[in-house]
Amino acid sequence: MAGQGEEKPDTAVVRDALGVGVAVGLSGFAFGVTSAGSGLGLLQTCALSLLVFTGASQFALVGALAAGGNPFTAAAGAFFLGVRNAFYGLRLSQLLALPRAVRPLAAQWVIDETTAVTLAQPGRRAARIGFTVTGLSLYLLWNLTTLLGALGAKAIGDTKAWGLDTAGPAVFLALLAPMLKTPTERAVAGLAVLLGLGLLPVLPAGLPVLVAALAAPAALFAEGRRNGRTRQDAPDRPEEDR
Amino acid sequence: MNTWIAIGVTALGCYAVKLAGLLVPASAVERPLVRRLAALLPVALLAALTAQQTFADGHALVLDARAAGLGAAAVALVLRAPFLLVVAAAVVVTAGVRAIGG
Repeated sequence: MAGQGEEKPDTAVVRDALGVGVAVGLSGFAFGVTSAGSGLGLLQTCALSLLVFTGASQFALVGALAAGGNPFTAAAGAFFLGVRNAFYGLRLSQLLALPRAVRPLAAQWVIDETTAVTLAQPGRRAARIGFTVTGLSLYLLWNLTTLLGALGAKAIGDTKAWGLDTAGPAVFLALLAPMLKTPTERAVAGLAVLLGLGLLPVLPAGLPVLVAALAAPAALFAEGRRNGRTRQDAPDRPEEDR
Repeated sequence: MNTWIAIGVTALGCYAVKLAGLLVPASAVERPLVRRLAALLPVALLAALTAQQTFADGHALVLDARAAGLGAAAVALVLRAPFLLVVAAAVVVTAGVRAIGG
């Protein structure tokens, strides 16, 4: 299809999309096992993958419930993690130019992986194919492997003996690592770790994570003050240098 | 029942923000401060969650096999291993350390 600067063949887009969809889709197994190991039933585990379908939030929710958090603080932590998807949606709606009627359906697939694949495509046609193939393969596989993991957890027995309780934090770390690009992000992560661990002994389960989230506005505030001061010192606006 | 409430609230909330991103006109949320906050919020949450699920045992902080597992995941990430391998490294090393009696 002749578009503006599109040279990538459809098959190459599909291959990229399937690569991501299959690799990440398989890690639904770890979620199924973790969720079942945290005491959630088969139906509850599958409902999470079908209805929430954003991995970090799912792991966070079952972790918070397992730690004995109340349902609303647990859901709040999972929700705040999901807020980033709104910003992915903003980028995607420009790239994909979806008809309004399709948006409620497409919305469920607006997550880290579909966004990464879609943003990497040249042109609208490739972006649409990338989004659809990644979304579909990931949704199907993630839900299938969630079911298998939840069923497997029963057969496995003690999931801790198999080290499966580290699947959740390892997923978080893998998502976090590429975000730590600038000193501000590293400072936010460091402060959040201190708050999250430091408040753990004194606050009810689930709350320390929400308090740790305040590291983000705190860092922005500090950054704003620092920029304000440099702007006063050097009035030639540092933003324009970057 | 509590679990179902948590699932319902999370599912509704997460779907609502996904849909909002696709429906809201970009200009409404494209303010630099809002974008920066949205980028930093997951950093804070993921860092806190990683630390807690590695070192927390109820309300106590402990150093056990999970720390070794997460260390292995960190090494895998530094070596640019694919996503599944990072998770597998954490699981296998944690299981290994526990089997040895860590």
